Amino acid sequence: MTSVQAEPAVSAASATSSFEIEQVSKKGDRIFGGISFGAGVLILVTLAAVATFLVTEAAPAFTNTAEDGESLFSYTVPLVFGTIWAAGLALLLAGPLAVAVALYLSHYAPKRIAGALGYFVDLLAAVPSVVYGVWGIFVLAPLVGNNLYPWLEENLGFLPFFEGPALRSGRTIMTAAVVLAVMILPIITAISREVFLQTPRLHEEASLALGATRWEMIKQAVLPYGRSGVISGAMLGLGRALGETMAVAMILSPASVINANLISSQNPATIAANIALKFPESSGLEVNRLVATGLVLFAITFGVNYIARWIAGRGFSGAAG
Amino acid sequence: MSAVTIDSFGGGAELRSGKMTPAMQGGIALAAFVVGLGINALLGGMGPVKTLIGTAVAFPILTYAVARQVEGRRLATDRLATTLAWMAFGLVMLPLVSLVWTVVTDGAARMDATFFTETMQGVVSEGGGIRHALTGTLIVTGIAAAFSIPFGLFTAIYLVEYADGKGFSRWITMLVDVMTGIPSIVAGLFAYGLFVALDAPGHRSGLAAGVALTVLMTPVVVRSSEEMLRLVQDELREAAYALGVPKWKTIVKVVLPTAIGGILTGATLAIARVIGETAPLLVTAGTIKTLNANPIEGRMETLPIYSYYSYKTPTIPPELSYERMWASALVLMIVVAVLFSLARVLAAVLKPKGLR
Repeated sequence: MTSVQAEPAVSAASATSSFEIEQVSKKGDRIFGGISFGAGVLILVTLAAVATFLVTEAAPAFTNTAEDGESLFSYTVPLVFGTIWAAGLALLLAGPLAVAVALYLSHYAPKRIAGALGYFVDLLAAVPSVVYGVWGIFVLAPLVGNNLYPWLEENLGFLPFFEGPALRSGRTIMTAAVVLAVMILPIITAISREVFLQTPRLHEEASLALGATRWEMIKQAVLPYGRSGVISGAMLGLGRALGETMAVAMILSPASVINANLISSQNPATIAANIALKFPESSGLEVNRLVATGLVLFAITFGVNYIARWIAGRGFSGAAG
Repeated sequence: MSAVTIDSFGGGAELRSGKMTPAMQGGIALAAFVVGLGINALLGGMGPVKTLIGTAVAFPILTYAVARQVEGRRLATDRLATTLAWMAFGLVMLPLVSLVWTVVTDGAARMDATFFTETMQGVVSEGGGIRHALTGTLIVTGIAAAFSIPFGLFTAIYLVEYADGKGFSRWITMLVDVMTGIPSIVAGLFAYGLFVALDAPGHRSGLAAGVALTVLMTPVVVRSSEEMLRLVQDELREAAYALGVPKWKTIVKVVLPTAIGGILTGATLAIARVIGETAPLLVTAGTIKTLNANPIEGRMETLPIYSYYSYKTPTIPPELSYERMWASALVLMIVVAVLFSLARVLAAVLKPKGLR
């Protein structure tokens, strides 16, 4: 009885209030949607501003010659070389190890400790670069400078990379690359581990059911599935290494050279490290020149990231086939 | 699960061929150690490092050789892969553990009260602290968080709730990707350029540093918030619409509360990532020995910069300055670790009951 009586009353009330809500909601939706849309537009504006101000600050360096008479091109080329050289070495060192550690964490480590170790690796990805820098100078550089580099010079000196003379302080591009490798390792590991864990259970079990050993199962099921993820993770690591500033700036005592020697005192600087080292004491045209090299760095990292997205965007097609 | 399968497979293999026993593995380890000692002697060194390297090289080779004889090729390869995976992990842990260990032990020397209550004003050798740097880091990071969390969250809301996945919104998604890839020093140069245009060449301020960090932090917030908003089931939204709730109220009262745990976790991790940034602060906030709590005017010290300049321009004797450097690095690492743990706790506490 009561419910029947109540029903029309409720619908009547809701009819009137829904009319009101419609009025209010249109206004509310307009405001809220407007703010959200505005935030999206602001992303566009921010990036446009980044480009504009970088170009504005860099422009004088393109049209004027610096006080030391060096052209922008000959100033930038050794830096570009150093940047790609150091980051490439770091990727070469870190990439295979990171994939092995990711496999270890996803398929070899005892389940009970794998989670905690994964957390530790994630945490290390967030350790500030300045901390890696001081560790590189005070721990790693003396260690390799006194032990490894003289040995490399003596025994592998016939290779252009280890020609020497070995720098005893250890503050060479090789040390910088090792520190960069230690820095990007957690990043590549974290991404690779994530995709390895996503390998479909059925793929793994099918492989095992056919009598595969654990390694054969990994080769057949896990690695093909994770390939694109690993590659894009490695590219992101490379991007980080290219843009990394402080660790390199602190470790290297750079010169403006193009040089494949990894253990001598003549080391090329990287773009980012060069900016960090020179910017605080610079003024006038020198600042413009540094910003111009920053623009070049942005272009390089943009290219690397773009390739990474492109690979990631192709998805896990390697596994589906 | 898979371990069981493999063990049973190993058992099956035992019927055909032998199986390595723990005793044999111990023997291999011992033999590898002997080889390591031999290599050490051959290279004429007495270093435990050379012995260790020799052992590490010999162990997988010997393991493979023995397993090949006893168990056959396939199981030997499998054993080699297992050994190498464990060794890779051990190798990687060496520098990482060394890093944490050095920072903690060397940083502990200056974990006293004065380190947190004093600045570097007038400090020539002893004493000195990070009060000005800690204040600066809080202000600069606070500015970045205050700008980038709402900015990033609303962008994510736009992308998930309003955008149609075509045209303009695809552009925004792509631009957020581009923004993620901006090197931190370039973000610093941008902020410098912006404030040079607003003020004068050589501009340094905490606000400029905050703007630089905002550029770095916003895409991280957008990414994580977007992911979390997409996890909210459409059934919840539809239920709200069916009750006549307007869209914006659905977002505020239904979608955001469901996703709030993940959003806050993402924001905390984003803060943890930018709080240790050094390069952009170097070109925007600069360095100063005294306390400056005004973000609009003048140089401002921050923790990473403090660490850097304690090394770069040490006081005399340098050892005391290096002590301060390690201590500030330790404080920075503790801050990051605390933020990290906080993110974990937030994720666990605020996890909506409906989601997994």
